[in-house]
Amino acid sequence: MITGEKFLTMCGAVLLFVAVVGVILFIASRFGGRRSDGPVAYLYLLPTLAMLALGLVYPGLRTIYQSFFDAAGTSFIGLDNYQTIFTTEDQITVLRNTVLWVVVTPFVATAVGLIYAILVDKARMEAFAKALIFLPMAISFVGAGIIWKFIYEFRPDQVGIKQIGLLNQLVVMAGGKPQQWLVNQPWNTLFLIVVMIWIQAGFAMTVLSAAIKAIPDDIVEAARLDGVGPFGMFRFITLPSIRPTLVVVLTTIGIGTLKVFDIVRTMTGGQFFTSVVANEFYSQSFRANNQGLGAALAVLLFILVIPIVVYNIRQLRASEAR
Amino acid sequence: MAAASAGALGLTLALTMSACGGGKSDDASDQPNVDCSQFSQYGDLSGKTISVYTGIVTPEDTAYINSYKPFEQCTHATIKYEGDKSFETQILVRAQAGNPPDIAIVPQPGLLKQLVATGKAKEAPAAVKENAAKGWGEDWMSYATVDGKFYAAPSGASIKSLVWYSPQEFKDNGYEIPKTLDDLKALTDKIASTGKKPWCAGIGSGEATGWPITDWMEDFMLRLSGPEEYDKWVNHDIAFNSPGPTAALDAVGTYLKDPKYVNGGLGDVKSIATTTFQDGGLPILDGNCSLHRQASFYAANFPADTKVAEDGDVFAFYLPGKTAEDKPLLGGGEFNLAFSDRPEVQAFQTYLSSDLWANTKAKLSQGWVSANKGLDPANVSNPIDKLAVSLLQDPNAVFRFDGSDQMPGAVGSNAFWKQATNWITGQSTKDTVDKIEAAWPK
Repeated sequence: MITGEKFLTMCGAVLLFVAVVGVILFIASRFGGRRSDGPVAYLYLLPTLAMLALGLVYPGLRTIYQSFFDAAGTSFIGLDNYQTIFTTEDQITVLRNTVLWVVVTPFVATAVGLIYAILVDKARMEAFAKALIFLPMAISFVGAGIIWKFIYEFRPDQVGIKQIGLLNQLVVMAGGKPQQWLVNQPWNTLFLIVVMIWIQAGFAMTVLSAAIKAIPDDIVEAARLDGVGPFGMFRFITLPSIRPTLVVVLTTIGIGTLKVFDIVRTMTGGQFFTSVVANEFYSQSFRANNQGLGAALAVLLFILVIPIVVYNIRQLRASEAR
Repeated sequence: MAAASAGALGLTLALTMSACGGGKSDDASDQPNVDCSQFSQYGDLSGKTISVYTGIVTPEDTAYINSYKPFEQCTHATIKYEGDKSFETQILVRAQAGNPPDIAIVPQPGLLKQLVATGKAKEAPAAVKENAAKGWGEDWMSYATVDGKFYAAPSGASIKSLVWYSPQEFKDNGYEIPKTLDDLKALTDKIASTGKKPWCAGIGSGEATGWPITDWMEDFMLRLSGPEEYDKWVNHDIAFNSPGPTAALDAVGTYLKDPKYVNGGLGDVKSIATTTFQDGGLPILDGNCSLHRQASFYAANFPADTKVAEDGDVFAFYLPGKTAEDKPLLGGGEFNLAFSDRPEVQAFQTYLSSDLWANTKAKLSQGWVSANKGLDPANVSNPIDKLAVSLLQDPNAVFRFDGSDQMPGAVGSNAFWKQATNWITGQSTKDTVDKIEAAWPK
């Protein structure tokens, strides 16, 4: 399609959108009085529901359907794609990496954020200290991947050749030999996880810091009068008070980590046994042209996210009920 | 409330309408010395538009767009050129969705076959077939032939069987350009005996990491097993883990996996995996390595002030065959595949398949050659392109197209790359070929 046609299509879509909104507003204006609140609300929901059905539910169901078919999407092969995921060596490596990501990232990122939030709480220059750790949040995953690729950059230990990577320069200054951080499994996955932690710790810190500040002063005061030390304060006052927030932070980072794609793709392209489910799903669908396996991986990702989301919602409900 | 939103609606509508007034793209600039008599066969195509979709983007696209101008000027047709970096995935989506361009410039025979399988591609008209038969060898024709039907004439070509070196270093040390594979091994040993790591290599290329090894392996497959066996390997008539391919990969390993031979200026054997292919050959300039196997396009990766010539800073020699008479040549190329059989599209397709276009394009480009026998080497300006043309037109040369580009996507652009990367970081040759064989679609 040439640019002019694309532009016309886009215009058509915008016009259609405007027309739909116009019709809905028109119908809504026909209703009057207090009684009509219900019907009007449903009327406004209608386009959203239609779009959700068309843009989310239908593709979702179709992906599940596709995951039972072969590479070309033509013949039914039952659960073979799922069997492939759980039995072939490469795919098991992918699963192992995903587990590593999901277990390590949320806990470490949250722990770092929590410790930092407590350390800088009511300190001098608190705002500045917080800004420092929050800054990486503003960087895209791809940007962060490129930055950290430079940090891990390797140059050989040879006359006339200088290190350009920060980490290897430090190693060389300490008298060690430069390492190829991104090549040796399973350590390379941990080096990738560091990038995610670097990004997410700021988010954890901000949310947790707000929760800590929301702890009523009289409780803290009372505990102090009872002679509770700093560790007791953390164990018996801070931690229970911010528990709901902690769960939200952990699950949010957990879901984000399950979907990690950009960092892996930018830094290793999934090579050297660092691929994760989201990256594998992309390369199977678009590079290897294996629609069935790609769809099965997408479904697996979906299934993995469900328990975390359910737990998250339950916790939110429980905390609201209190 | 209702009135206000109605007003806002009207405003939005008005804005949208005004934005929809389309703009016209500027016309091709005038070129004075075009001989329109060569275009008379195409007739007057005023008011007709032909869309071209390709993965060739800036800066290489300029020469393409300019090479279309004589056609536009003489036939008054308009060519819409659209370059897209994700061409390989998008063209399939567009063909399947029934929204293909008039002409697509397809760089892989495997992809071409997939596109033909969608049923949307059109067979080439007789004039194109005639031009192709005149300009290219039978092997080239076969890449664009599916089920006995010829679909697309080749346009550009690149050659891969090259080894980059420093002419100065060779002169100073009395090294001679090897004539056989044994000479190459002897030269490697000679350089290594001076304490230098002779070879340098890099296979990093993001998610495509590993592809340079596929080229190495294809070159050795051609040399050790011959072109017939190579074709069988590419078409999966023999298994990927059968003796021929295994021997080829092992032969590559004698160079790339020997710590005495690699990786000059870049590290140990494993550093090949993390060095980008763009950086792989640069240590030649600093004298940290002597030899780097990479395609003709690599000339563009040297810094701008590097003189690429037989008497310059770097140049390339032909990666020799088993004997001095053997001239297997590995390369790649593009094909102009049409999705429409409107007369103006066929006319343009015919122009693109002619030697007139090949020569026009060559005059406008740097680092571009064609395997068209009608291409006058005098129209190619730089030394490396001249070398490429002379190799392509050598009557003894046995040309074969890049094998991984012809294999199914699951192998050619996934398992082969991935396992080759694992191989360089320590996986055995047997495990490597076994795993690639297992990935072949059943």
